[in-house]
Amino acid sequence: MHIPDGFLSADVAAATGVVAVAAVGYGLHRANRTLDERQVPLLGVTAAFVFAAQMLNFPVAGGTSGHFLGAALATILLGPWLACLVLAVVLVVQAFMFADGGVTALGANIFCMGVVGALGSGLMLRAGRTVLPPRRTPFIGLCGVTAWLAVVVSAAVASVLLAISGTVPLATVLPAMVGVHVFIGIGEAAITVAAVAAVLAVRPDLVAAAEHLEDEPASAPAAGEALS
Amino acid sequence: MSTSVKLVTVLALAVAVGLATAVSPFASSSPDGLERVAHDKAFLDRSELHAVQEDAPAPGYAFPGIRDARVATGVAGFAGTLVVFALGFGMAALLRRREGPAAAR
Repeated sequence: MHIPDGFLSADVAAATGVVAVAAVGYGLHRANRTLDERQVPLLGVTAAFVFAAQMLNFPVAGGTSGHFLGAALATILLGPWLACLVLAVVLVVQAFMFADGGVTALGANIFCMGVVGALGSGLMLRAGRTVLPPRRTPFIGLCGVTAWLAVVVSAAVASVLLAISGTVPLATVLPAMVGVHVFIGIGEAAITVAAVAAVLAVRPDLVAAAEHLEDEPASAPAAGEALS
Repeated sequence: MSTSVKLVTVLALAVAVGLATAVSPFASSSPDGLERVAHDKAFLDRSELHAVQEDAPAPGYAFPGIRDARVATGVAGFAGTLVVFALGFGMAALLRRREGPAAAR
């Protein structure tokens, strides 16, 4: 879903650029105060995994492919603001090293895939936490739904940006974008669930969004705060 | 005894590098969702490359100077994953370190 240069008007590129810079700036500010030791390698490896998984285009209907976006996974592991940083790093490298996604559109791409995906995932996870029992299985289900929704919402927001830019009417682009990303989101959910389940199995304390989960009977007690 | 963060990092990085290097060359080359919509709704030709991107090291995830397209993609994936890891890790390490003296929480 990388928007190339030429698809967006200067106004839309500038406005999304401002929002992206503000979100990344706030993410850096937050990181400066709250980043704990364990999150340093975790942030690096989450970015690396998101980049790698974004290269794995999988076929969806009718000669179209989709790929992982990663905002939901990064949010589940690190929280929404660090997730914005992760997606920004990935998108900057993709634009400048691989010419994937525009340069003037970089802010819009960070906005759609990073800020909207991450903050939307953060809200969804918070809402889910209040209604679901604090157990691992419903949490993993919530992660899947969040990932699917993040992709669909990011696609809808990208459609709105294209329409505001005068590139294509909203009534044309929105159903088309949402229609295909409904399927791409299933792949996103599958990869997110697999990755979250893997990390929960080895180090549940590294999953920021799983702080509230009760220890599973099968796993060793891991939470530091429960012991103190 | 739980798995150390270092081990988790090394394992996860190995998975990422492995996927980008060995699996990405076999990924679908069909247009992705946005490219497909841009093609179908006739705005794909508005797409342009920024001047900065003409000197991009590996445009289109093809590492330069490698004739075999799959190998070129794999090498690009390998290099890109490590660059992203280094940037993410480096950024986080810098942010972490600055907090140093006040870290008595």
